[in-house]
Amino acid sequence: MAKLGPSGYSPYPVAMYEELLTPPPGKALLFDEIVDEEIAMREAAKAMLTRDNPTIFPGPQVLYAWNEEAKEKAKLVRKIAETLGAKIIPMYDYRPKYPKIDPEKEINPNHPNLTIWHNNIKACIFVGVHCHYANVALKIIRAETDCFTIALCGNAGHEDAMITLRDQHAEELEKFIKVAEEVKKELGK
Amino acid sequence: MEKTEQVQYNRAGQRIVSPDYLLFEAPREKYFMTGSEVVKEAVKRASVDASVSYPITPQSEAAHLIGELWVEGYVGVYFRGESEFGVMSEVAGCSMAGARTVTTTSGPGTLRAMENFPMWAGSRLPIQLILMARGVNAPLTIQPDNLEMAFLLDTGCMIWHAETAQELFDMILAGFVVAEQPDVHVPIITSIDGFFISHTREAVMLPPDDIALPPYDPYRSPMVPLDMEMSPGRFLRDPFVMKSNYVSYATHTSWQFEVRAAIERAKPYAKHYLRGLIEEFGDPEAEIAFVASGTAAAQAKEATLMLLHEEGVKARVVRLKTIRPFPTKELIEALRGAKYVFVPEFNVIGWLEREVRRALYGNLDVPVIGSPRVAGGMTMPPEIIVKEVLQFLGKEVKHVV
Repeated sequence: MAKLGPSGYSPYPVAMYEELLTPPPGKALLFDEIVDEEIAMREAAKAMLTRDNPTIFPGPQVLYAWNEEAKEKAKLVRKIAETLGAKIIPMYDYRPKYPKIDPEKEINPNHPNLTIWHNNIKACIFVGVHCHYANVALKIIRAETDCFTIALCGNAGHEDAMITLRDQHAEELEKFIKVAEEVKKELGK
Repeated sequence: MEKTEQVQYNRAGQRIVSPDYLLFEAPREKYFMTGSEVVKEAVKRASVDASVSYPITPQSEAAHLIGELWVEGYVGVYFRGESEFGVMSEVAGCSMAGARTVTTTSGPGTLRAMENFPMWAGSRLPIQLILMARGVNAPLTIQPDNLEMAFLLDTGCMIWHAETAQELFDMILAGFVVAEQPDVHVPIITSIDGFFISHTREAVMLPPDDIALPPYDPYRSPMVPLDMEMSPGRFLRDPFVMKSNYVSYATHTSWQFEVRAAIERAKPYAKHYLRGLIEEFGDPEAEIAFVASGTAAAQAKEATLMLLHEEGVKARVVRLKTIRPFPTKELIEALRGAKYVFVPEFNVIGWLEREVRRALYGNLDVPVIGSPRVAGGMTMPPEIIVKEVLQFLGKEVKHVV
């Protein structure tokens, strides 16, 4: 992701148009740069702590107790929200919601811009969203909003987010909380 | 106390090893096999859960041999579909249910099944289709020709093109590994030129058959795995097509772009497991370059040697291993300094020539010559390629074919 949105009429993918791919194992993406995980974590925390209405969008992989890791990660996501002073708006399933969703209560991957516009969200974190739906949503968000998107992905990451961290399991989320606490202190918040 | 390593086995009792070990490190022994037999050997080592077959020349034998693997306990589910359309729909069901799935087809069968390929891709199913190309007609041909590959180019599936039976073996195994990466997770079509590879024997180096790939983990899928709670009906309920508004159109656009982006994300994985997206052969400084894939590349390599030894003309071959993703950057780099680019092909439309032109346009100013081009079972002797080059260069043609 080379630029903050709104980037245009159509949700063009950076993988095709900017040859930007998911980061290699052990690394992260900060816009179009491959960086160390900790640097990306610091920038992610900074964006969430300094931009308006920071919000975490947790997906089914952390919303439902389908395994022990999910339960652990859910508790950590709540802790991240507390640390960053962020709101939580869930993406609890992926079907398009018509005639309309309640953008106060949920976000949907097929029209994520509605929730972001309505709540005036300027920074967000995707966590626990299945990769395909995260990617569909992240492209639309970049095309249509100026929201700063961050992906904490359990798999390979999402190059359409402005910051993407890959292989984020409980241990990494704990590390992110620590980094966020440090950044918060540095910012005097 | 000594550290103990936990050894895992698949349903067939084969020891699970890493893809890198299976592809690069395991000791190999030499065998003399047809391409069809090689398919059996690859599938045998791939911890495959399901396969559905339907007969059509020249892939029938490979499909039959996968059936033998089911009898022997190496493949979990195997049955014959009602038609190619049935087969490609049924493998989609197997894959949606979380099974590692493989099938095979050829020529008109590919087109009969066509509607399913974009459906596989849009549903992010990492199915492997082994395509033994034979051409599309009328009049009927059951001979070597790879026209059907052109129809598959924009279905959202990855397409790889093997030159030899050995490469087919390695590509089948690597294909599962790359296609199942969570950030890729699209179908993989491993193609060969039918008969030339499927029905001829060559020496192949195979690792032992008591080791196999790790099983597929559907819980790393970029979509929700389907089960009793999450049925295909639910997945397909409320599709965007039912809603005519800007939001649904944008979602569809993003979804289709995402499938194409996923193919691009395959590049680093394919580069690793195929040892590069392209192969360069001959003199890297030569002004004459051939860009080819599959059997045409093998013929171009022979022509390159003939040009050098018999005519004193230096030439080089850039062989494309992957067509989707298309190795644009690698191709441009490999062709720097070339004055003429020839694209020999086993089909009448020249789909690879189109791809090469598109990749080079605005990047490299070099004439692309779409010849020689044969089809419907015609062979492409290296003498023909040599003749084309010499004629183009205005040199005397000594060979008479």
